[in-house]
Amino acid sequence: MTEFVAPTVEYGTILPLLVVLGAAVLGVLAEAFAPRRWRYPVQVGISITGLAVALTTTVLVGLGLEEVGGGLLARGSLVVEGAVAVDGPTVFLWGILLVLSLISVLLFAERRLEGGLTGFAGQAAALPGTSAEREASTHGVEHTEVFPLMMFAVSGMMLFPAAGDLVTMFVALEVLSLPLYLLCGLARRRRLLSQEAAMKYFLLGAFSSAFFLYGIALVYGFAGSFALGEIDRAVSASTGANAYLLGGIGLISVGLLFKVGAAPFHAWTPDVYQGAPTAVTGFMAACTKIAAFGALLRVYYVAFGGASWDWRPLMWVVAVLTMVVGSLVAITQTDIKRMLAYSSIAHAGFVLVGFVGVYDGGEGGTGLTSLSSVLFYLTAYGFSTIGAFAVVTLVRDAGGETTDLSRWAGLGREAPLLGGVFAFFLLTFAGIPLTSGFIGKWAVFAAAWAGGAWPLVVVAVLVSLVAAFFYVRVIVAMFFSDPVGQAPAVAVPSMLTTAVIATTAIATVALGVVPGPVLELAEQAGAFVR
Amino acid sequence: MNTDHYLTLSALLFTIGAVGVLVRRNAIVVFMCVELMLNASNLALVSFSRAHGQLDGQVAAFFVMVVAAAEVVVGLAIIVAIFRSRRSASVDDASLLKY
Repeated sequence: MTEFVAPTVEYGTILPLLVVLGAAVLGVLAEAFAPRRWRYPVQVGISITGLAVALTTTVLVGLGLEEVGGGLLARGSLVVEGAVAVDGPTVFLWGILLVLSLISVLLFAERRLEGGLTGFAGQAAALPGTSAEREASTHGVEHTEVFPLMMFAVSGMMLFPAAGDLVTMFVALEVLSLPLYLLCGLARRRRLLSQEAAMKYFLLGAFSSAFFLYGIALVYGFAGSFALGEIDRAVSASTGANAYLLGGIGLISVGLLFKVGAAPFHAWTPDVYQGAPTAVTGFMAACTKIAAFGALLRVYYVAFGGASWDWRPLMWVVAVLTMVVGSLVAITQTDIKRMLAYSSIAHAGFVLVGFVGVYDGGEGGTGLTSLSSVLFYLTAYGFSTIGAFAVVTLVRDAGGETTDLSRWAGLGREAPLLGGVFAFFLLTFAGIPLTSGFIGKWAVFAAAWAGGAWPLVVVAVLVSLVAAFFYVRVIVAMFFSDPVGQAPAVAVPSMLTTAVIATTAIATVALGVVPGPVLELAEQAGAFVR
Repeated sequence: MNTDHYLTLSALLFTIGAVGVLVRRNAIVVFMCVELMLNASNLALVSFSRAHGQLDGQVAAFFVMVVAAAEVVVGLAIIVAIFRSRRSASVDDASLLKY
């Protein structure tokens, strides 16, 4: 009988994660014990406080990271017995996830647009179109559970790119996905669409995570360990092709590429983005993508770095397919949320271009690496995405949000400021100079070019031109065509949504005009620890 | 001990589950097929654990069981909600979102 050895847990280092999880649990308790009319302010307070405290501790953790040394520009360490890797990229991703989540909470908490209630179903159990549903909304019943659910999702997103072994990564994947499945089904308006989106997201998400898990099992069979560092050693030591390893890489790729929404695993994206409540769509489009790309980079660069000749051809194909499908299909879309969904697919393709470059910054590993360029791209993309979806929540008619593109005609003349801001976000997505999208695209293309993936860069630039077409088409419709029938009204939001749109627009301008500080921060993040 | 037979069985179960997800129409059955895939993965994890002579894989199988249980809760909630509003759990009937 061997003696039980208690594991060491570095509570100080993983504090941001614990704070967010703690806030989520506190939110569940508040839901159970707080009187109904107090729940909304209490939940919003807990969420905002939790995220702000977590952000502060993230900065402190980031300042305290120690350099690894040994010729590798990396700082940080593996904590909690190797289950969590707190290093430069992790802290950068935590920071950006927390900032974007903080912005999303404000969007979740918006109440003025629906006459004093949040944009979530009053009572999810009440059937759509029945008296029970009307009763719930006249009595002002609302689901404040959305805030704890969101906090659980955020904690999963934080753990996902920080996972030091594959089991932790799988658990984090589910912790981030399960609350999102529920949030997708909770829209106040168009509930059948919302429920359908939730079911599609759930079934396909569960399907893909089963592939992910079988991939983990195969890689475990090959390496005899779940730890990414151990897998790396086994990959480097092996000679020739191993069926378990190749099968494992393939299946794990399916799971991760599904989450980032890359073709050919993108089919869920437009349906879910359209059906989900718009606040959730914005949150999910920005934060899930960031977390999933963080995990993708960590798995491929740390665990499968030695086998990059095996997976790079695969990723080349996926990157080209994703860019082309996202940009071409977006042209034919008639719904603004669907169009933004396809645009996010195209953006996933651009990020993948930076990812397959596998450029470590040359001698000494300084300067712009694949990793830092992707981190910057995700930051730029996250802000403008949440901003764009926040604008979508404001264009309304009697039936709720008006997402049909034909109804957006003439909107720019109706509301010049809002139309201008939305046009600016679209130009950012298109990558026009002086916007953050341009700097992001330039960074990932430069890294991919330096890494020898120049054919991909050429394709990416051509696709960007095609993509610019459908963004500009929306702008032209908004400013230069006459409204069809009655023009949609632009609702006046409370301070919350105004703050979201203002913050994201300012961040997008700032990242485009003075990208230096954030770019430098991304470079400072350095490499992953092993 | 030779674990190859167990791995073959797990690959077989996984394939049956994956094909089931693709061909079945009832959301509950689709979901059961996903569970079959997760359990096939568990079998593979435990077999590899035995082959390597360590416990890591078996511990992982426990984690997977807990996650699968949580997934059932969320999944059934969504499927029941959609069944109540449509009187049907067929994945073909839910087709408002397209193109």
